[in-house]
Amino acid sequence: MLALLGDYTIQTVAMGAALLGISSGVLGCFAVLRKQSLLGDTLSHAALPGICIGFLVAGSRDIGTILAGALVSGAVAALVVLVLTRMSRLKTDAALGIALSVSFAVGVVLLTYIQGGGNASQGGLDSFLFGQAAAILRSDLWIMGAVTAAALALVTLLWKEFKLVSFDPGFATSLGLPVVALEVTMTIMVALAVVVGLQMVGVVLMTAMIVAPAVAARQWTRSLGAMVVLAALFGIVAGVSGAVISATARGLSTGPLIVLAISVIVLVSLLLAPGRGLVWASLRRRRDRRSLAGRQVLSTLYGLAAEHGNQGYPTELGALDAFHGTPTRGTMQRLERRGLVAPVTHEPETTPHWELTPAGLSEARRIDDASRENS
Amino acid sequence: MTEPLHEPQLALHVEDLTVSYESKPVLWDIDIDIPPGVMAAIVGPNGAGKSTFIKSVMGLVKPTAGHVRIFGRPYAAERLRVGYVPQRSSVDWDFPTTALDVVGMGLYGRLGWLRRPGKRERDAAFQALEQVGMQDFAERQISQLSGGQQQRVFLARALVQQADIYFLDEPMAGVDATTERAIVDILHRLRSQGKTLIVVHHDLQTVRSYFDWMVILNVRAVAQGPVSQVYTPENLRKAYGGQIALIERNTFADDAAPASGDAV
Repeated sequence: MLALLGDYTIQTVAMGAALLGISSGVLGCFAVLRKQSLLGDTLSHAALPGICIGFLVAGSRDIGTILAGALVSGAVAALVVLVLTRMSRLKTDAALGIALSVSFAVGVVLLTYIQGGGNASQGGLDSFLFGQAAAILRSDLWIMGAVTAAALALVTLLWKEFKLVSFDPGFATSLGLPVVALEVTMTIMVALAVVVGLQMVGVVLMTAMIVAPAVAARQWTRSLGAMVVLAALFGIVAGVSGAVISATARGLSTGPLIVLAISVIVLVSLLLAPGRGLVWASLRRRRDRRSLAGRQVLSTLYGLAAEHGNQGYPTELGALDAFHGTPTRGTMQRLERRGLVAPVTHEPETTPHWELTPAGLSEARRIDDASRENS
Repeated sequence: MTEPLHEPQLALHVEDLTVSYESKPVLWDIDIDIPPGVMAAIVGPNGAGKSTFIKSVMGLVKPTAGHVRIFGRPYAAERLRVGYVPQRSSVDWDFPTTALDVVGMGLYGRLGWLRRPGKRERDAAFQALEQVGMQDFAERQISQLSGGQQQRVFLARALVQQADIYFLDEPMAGVDATTERAIVDILHRLRSQGKTLIVVHHDLQTVRSYFDWMVILNVRAVAQGPVSQVYTPENLRKAYGGQIALIERNTFADDAAPASGDAV
């Protein structure tokens, strides 16, 4: 493992993956909270024509030009979506779908045109489809790092504005904030995150890196600040582990592995996060159901005891089952463990009977009083 | 600003306001004047443009025609004197933040760019939460608050704005009777401090007990003025049409027997 991390290429890939994790984790939070997860998908697919045009302009695989092209074509797609939704009656989802497929189609056409052109240096342009981490150079890291730093600086400087516009754009407008400009800035930041990740995971899978860290982080946190930091951490962990796993097993491509790694983090978060996780919620439901059943049975016993004027009135289990319309044996056993009821026999009957213990009696009284207060 | 004041004696002056969505007018040629120091109800049937009216005054919706003045100046110039309570349903309450933080957002306009809320802002936000009786929930996730508590948080966020004129969009919608009472008490306290309150209200039954001014909207401005003069069967019928029959029986009957007002 340590030997692996000492490898120059793997170091480069891991650093690139970490930068990708930071930028897409942080910027994805705002996209997800603004319900614009799909915008990331459109922007990343729309990067493809820009990549090709950047290549044609530079005449070679010059990464600066290519990424600039990706940024520009992503921005153009975002603008098209904005104009379509504002000027026509198209809804956002339809506009995003149109922009995504049209720009991806244009991108693929350009890609095949370049590949058919016999340019010796065209090799590897299709690696932008699914990413090719091994092709990343140390010099590329500087570009990725600069873009990440710029995005982070923007988030730090405009923190409270971004937060308010994401939460309540109407109120932000009433305060006089330039909401449209801030929303455009947040959209451009998503395009920046896409640009950082292009070489790593490619245009097709990039959206997962925007959405997944933010979704996972939301499960564990209670504030936007914590969510952003945690999303960045998740992004780094997924990026680096994907890069390292792909380095240990030859031939497994890095981008999809990174996406799978972040998917595992999302799955665990959705299931296990305290408070919001599915497992947690179903445990809580079960506990609530049991405690409700216990209280219902106690008050039934209490009512019967009161009717018979006998605090130790033995109630037949079958009667309880019939009254509640469900088997109550498990509930009775749980109540017995808490010392609230005790099994008794009631001659000449041989069926199981239960009576309230003194503790059960006072608990039933408490429940009775509480329900009276609430009604 | 050298622009001359236009109707400065009015808290809100709206003239010839027309708003349309996709070429269908939602508000048509509205003139509304509201004097300072009143608590005004904006009422009208569904789709009458009540919320649109508030949104266009606040600049959230661009009017097709007309102009709006707050204390004689355009909204942008008087922004710091305006407080706003949007509809509770207009935001996603699953946003990761606390009640105190949401209230603090009311100060972002004053704070300006690049400045972060500090202790002073936190204290002000906490005080506003105290005013609405929500101080125990300051650090609570907003997703865990009940509807009425969320509404109080929104109200506290407007209180922290220390405005002279407040716009509230259905603050009493979907809250229980206790919360409604608490909200009305706070609004009355603001009015007694000389603030102007403009409230989109859906419940005709309570207009007369809560408000002293009212505007009846139904795409056009049907009637406006002191509640005692405007709350007439004739005006309400003009706005609500046939739907008014039920309201009429219930509320105008009170006039005959004012002593039994509480029994309704």
